[in-house]
Amino acid sequence: MNQKMSGAPLPASREPRAEILRRIGEPEKTPEEILAEYSGISREYNRAGSLGADGRLQMLEDRLREYDAVVYRAHPQALPEIIAQILTGRGKARIAVPRGIPAEWLPAGFEFVLGEDSSAPELDAMDGVLSGCTVAIAATGTLVLQNVPGQGARKLSLVPDYHLCIVASSQVVETVPEGFAALEQSKCSPTTLISGPSATADIEMTRIKGVHGPRFLDVVLIA
Amino acid sequence: MLVSLFITCYNDTLFPETGKAVVRVLERLGHTVEFRPEQSCCGQMHWNTGYLSEAVPLIRHFVEVFRDAEVICVPSSSCVAMIRDHYRKAALASGDEQFLADVESVTGRVYEFSEFLVNKLGVEDVGAYFPHRVTYHASCHSLRSLQLGEIPFRLLRQVRGLELVELKGLDQCCGFGGTFAIKNADVSSAMLADKVLSVLNTGAEVCTAVDNSCLMHLAGSLHRQRTFTRTAHLAEILASEAI
Amino acid sequence: MHETRVPGWNEPDFPSAAKVLLEESQLRKNVKHATNVIANKRSLVVGELKDWQKLRDAGSRIREHVLENLSAYLLQFEEACTRAGGTVHWARDAEDANRIVVELVRKHAAEEVLKIKSMTTEEIGLNDALESAGIHPHETDLAELIIQLGKDRPSHIVVPALHKNRQQVREIFRREMHLEDLGERPEDLAAAARSYLRERFLRIPVAVSGANFLIAETGGVCVVESEGNGRMCLTLPRVLITVAGIEKVLPRFQDLEVFLQTLPRSATGERMNPYNSVWTGVSPGDGPEEFHVILLDNGRSRILHDEEARQTLKCIRCGACQNACPVYRQTGGHAYGSVYAGPIGAILTPQLHKLEESESLPYASSLCGACYEVCPVKIDIPEVLIHLRGQIVRRQQETGKLEPWNIGMQMAAMALKNGQRLHAAQRLGRIAQAPFVKDSGFIEKLPFMLSGWTQTRDLAPLPAESFREWWAKRPQSPSGPKTERKR
Repeated sequence: MNQKMSGAPLPASREPRAEILRRIGEPEKTPEEILAEYSGISREYNRAGSLGADGRLQMLEDRLREYDAVVYRAHPQALPEIIAQILTGRGKARIAVPRGIPAEWLPAGFEFVLGEDSSAPELDAMDGVLSGCTVAIAATGTLVLQNVPGQGARKLSLVPDYHLCIVASSQVVETVPEGFAALEQSKCSPTTLISGPSATADIEMTRIKGVHGPRFLDVVLIA
Repeated sequence: MLVSLFITCYNDTLFPETGKAVVRVLERLGHTVEFRPEQSCCGQMHWNTGYLSEAVPLIRHFVEVFRDAEVICVPSSSCVAMIRDHYRKAALASGDEQFLADVESVTGRVYEFSEFLVNKLGVEDVGAYFPHRVTYHASCHSLRSLQLGEIPFRLLRQVRGLELVELKGLDQCCGFGGTFAIKNADVSSAMLADKVLSVLNTGAEVCTAVDNSCLMHLAGSLHRQRTFTRTAHLAEILASEAI
Repeated sequence: MHETRVPGWNEPDFPSAAKVLLEESQLRKNVKHATNVIANKRSLVVGELKDWQKLRDAGSRIREHVLENLSAYLLQFEEACTRAGGTVHWARDAEDANRIVVELVRKHAAEEVLKIKSMTTEEIGLNDALESAGIHPHETDLAELIIQLGKDRPSHIVVPALHKNRQQVREIFRREMHLEDLGERPEDLAAAARSYLRERFLRIPVAVSGANFLIAETGGVCVVESEGNGRMCLTLPRVLITVAGIEKVLPRFQDLEVFLQTLPRSATGERMNPYNSVWTGVSPGDGPEEFHVILLDNGRSRILHDEEARQTLKCIRCGACQNACPVYRQTGGHAYGSVYAGPIGAILTPQLHKLEESESLPYASSLCGACYEVCPVKIDIPEVLIHLRGQIVRRQQETGKLEPWNIGMQMAAMALKNGQRLHAAQRLGRIAQAPFVKDSGFIEKLPFMLSGWTQTRDLAPLPAESFREWWAKRPQSPSGPKTERKR
């Protein structure tokens, strides 16, 4: 039981693999047959939404609010101003940002630190994080972040206790299938779907905002 | 229409009044009822308890008895569910093609009593008079297998003098479940206690349903608790007339 | 080979365990409250989707398709995941899987690991295996933390501690976290968990997770959670080990568009749970440097070959069947004596383990069908329950057991063979019941195995005349000759 492994490579036993595959049964069909079968699965659920741009935005706002996010709207030119107002209102000064965050978003008077260069304990000590997103799904109030410029490594939107996310109206889709279609090109990038601040209902089914992830989520919709 | 009555074994034995009521209602509506005395049991109890091979002769017998019936009316949703949901599987497993063909043919002619009135005969008002406060219990099979939905309510709303009161937790099982009530008597009793409480909270004089199995279960507790609420199959309410 | 029951999980049969739990009024109150809240939330958000049945259909078909082509998809996953920098391991059973995890943790000389709530690691008893190897696992999900610190057992797939109320949780936290002044508001308790675990998240270098979905096309893994403890475990440690049942695979990334609609709504009654993570192998500068997936069989391949029961493996562990089940709602999860409780447990546990060790579980249902109605992948649980009951009966009959139920059912089958026999039985019954009918006119106590009925219920005696007897005597019915068979 106490044998020392001391970094030795693991015995690469292929035996369990062969046995499990034997138990399951080797594939009987060609990849083409399997693909044809897969493509034949009928999917009659709604893919496309029915709302216009305004309706989508409104739905996203409503659903984000329902899950305790605070939502603002801003004209593109007013973005730095509203970011400054929000951060000041929250009492935040030192904010982590991902690489590639548009410089024109950032207001003066705050300390913005590149989050990728910070360790988790350093991020833990910061006041919050500011990021963009890849796509936002109105029907579920979901912001999707990936490891791309302006969104960054997953720890950024996780460790700080406060997350301010900027969403362009062009990034908003209505349905979940539309959201996944928008992610198709970058599907191998680390992806996080965020729907409201961290929450739990583990105690008496009472929804409590904030356990381990950011307890506070503000969203600015650029419209 | 010549209606063949499948009374079901437990109604035959324990609830003859329900059968008589079905006959009365159908005859009142101008139909002819026949009763084939060779009939016995749909096989549900055996099937649901896992005695699958014991159920097969009962299924075969049912199919033989009713093979040439025009329509088969059954005052028990759980027996209809047994026929619709499981007969085909039993026939498939037997590998007997004639059996399968018979099952498929007979199954399409089987109707639960309330479903028969509303869907097949297109009747909602059967001329009944029942001046009582009544609540309706939806049996699980009527709700989920037969999906009767509004059908029993539509019939009850046409009954003169009847005051229909809503039963809270309509979708909750009463805890009967056939042999479940015996094999898991404690859990079954706990489920029943909740259901009986809901029934008593309605203040109804009569609790009705399309299954006497649930009603027997409810009545067992209502009687044990010496309450004044009684149970009656829907057919018995629909058979009541002003004198 | 399949004796993978977790030590300590050998329980009395369901009826006996349930009998004890039914006496625990606080537990029953907690369970009823929690299941009511989730079931109501679920029905609201499900009702919101007009295409819900279509999503169920698609989800069911996708899962069926995967099970029909499982080895092809597993191999595709293995290849894609390996290409993306992950290492794929295969575990035949719990022992294989636990050994692999322990070896990996030892390789990194870690004495502690972080854990994300995972039914699969509960199933294999990973925590015990780690402890006996001198490695301490830290459960990080709030409910699992409550269970671990309270030395308790999970009782629900999604909300493992739903049987505890806030006062009980506070007592556990106060004692185990040494927090004398801890309040009992859920906010206080969650804040205590946050500070208790934060230091561990930042320090411990190895995490173990389960997986909600594996994606064959990309080699990606998806984990669905609420609190952010999952994200902490998936991104901060240097090493991540994911233990996933072989059935968890989906063909494509796009398939998540179905399951990320049906799973959250079914599981917690939310349109979307707060956090879903999808990652593919190792990403430099983002998350663990080393990623391992352990593909666990542990009885699943056997279920795959049972045509009727195979649908069990479509399960996406949402727990909706538990919340809907009138039996579970009375007893809570512990009565099932199994990691998987409720309707899904009643079919999954007997198949993962030896059927003869869980014979009472397939009977722990009134077959009301509420589970099937809510199942987001359309597992016909009542059908599988009956199928398993059939196997149990056949086995009992083959071993020649003179079981009272068997004798009773054989006798009943003979009595119900045709109308004549039934009539004879009716006449016999009226004679036999005489000693049991009380002055009240009811039967208040039945003997032997029928005594369960009269525990809480009276029984009306057989009436003097059965329907068939009435019909036979019916004078010249307007329906024509009384017993004549038409044509």
